[in-house]
Amino acid sequence: MEEFQVINNYLMIKLPEEVDHHQATTICKKADHYILQQNVSNVVFDFEDTKFMDSSGIGIIMGRYRKISCFGGKVYAIHMDKKMERMFDMAGLNKIVEVLE
Amino acid sequence: MMTQMNEQKNEMEISFDAVSQNESFARVAVAAFVTHLNPTMEEIDDVRTAVSEAVTNAIIHGYEKRDCGKVYLHCRLKGDVLQIEVMDKGKGIENIERAMEPLFTTRPDLDRSGMGFAFMEAFMDDLEVESEVGKGTTIRMTKKLGSSAWVDSED
Repeated sequence: MEEFQVINNYLMIKLPEEVDHHQATTICKKADHYILQQNVSNVVFDFEDTKFMDSSGIGIIMGRYRKISCFGGKVYAIHMDKKMERMFDMAGLNKIVEVLE
Repeated sequence: MMTQMNEQKNEMEISFDAVSQNESFARVAVAAFVTHLNPTMEEIDDVRTAVSEAVTNAIIHGYEKRDCGKVYLHCRLKGDVLQIEVMDKGKGIENIERAMEPLFTTRPDLDRSGMGFAFMEAFMDDLEVESEVGKGTTIRMTKKLGSSAWVDSED
């Protein structure tokens, strides 16, 4: 299960084991609720528990970036594996998302 | 001994409802089908990603989430080469070339990234797309598997 936590103005999203289209629908909905209701300006995606991701994961991040970047917010990604980094690079997300570790 | 294994053929076919719960089912089914070839973790993960992209496309775009169609998954093994066919009888693709462009999507409203075909191309050895508007779409992908098993079996 995905987990959401707001620390200061950072929304931490711990992504589930499998990030696909089925999971993405709920994650996007919940994330947008936090972004709008709790005025968070930055989003951190944590891939620590994630063992599988397809292009739906890229879509989740792109969509959240669009929502917060116009207010000067930033998007971060932590605990990504090599495959995820490759997918990030192919989609050009490495230019808009700060990858940590 | 290894050359004998190379001649082996195997085939499986399943169809399932075009609902998002079945995306993970399709990935697991294909991964299980090829386990006896001892593919590497990366190879399995690449296949899982490609299957996920093709099946998700069929569900979201082919049937436009109307939950009223079936996705047909057909896998063939010829030696260590896996052929995957994902077919839907949905609305079809008007412009295949454009659909395959990285970052192009007709559904940004659904938070789609437009990377589906790019990932299928990147993670499989070969990708073919056949589509007819109003009739449906067939995705054919191939990938050679278990190449590392040869190295592992040396000692």
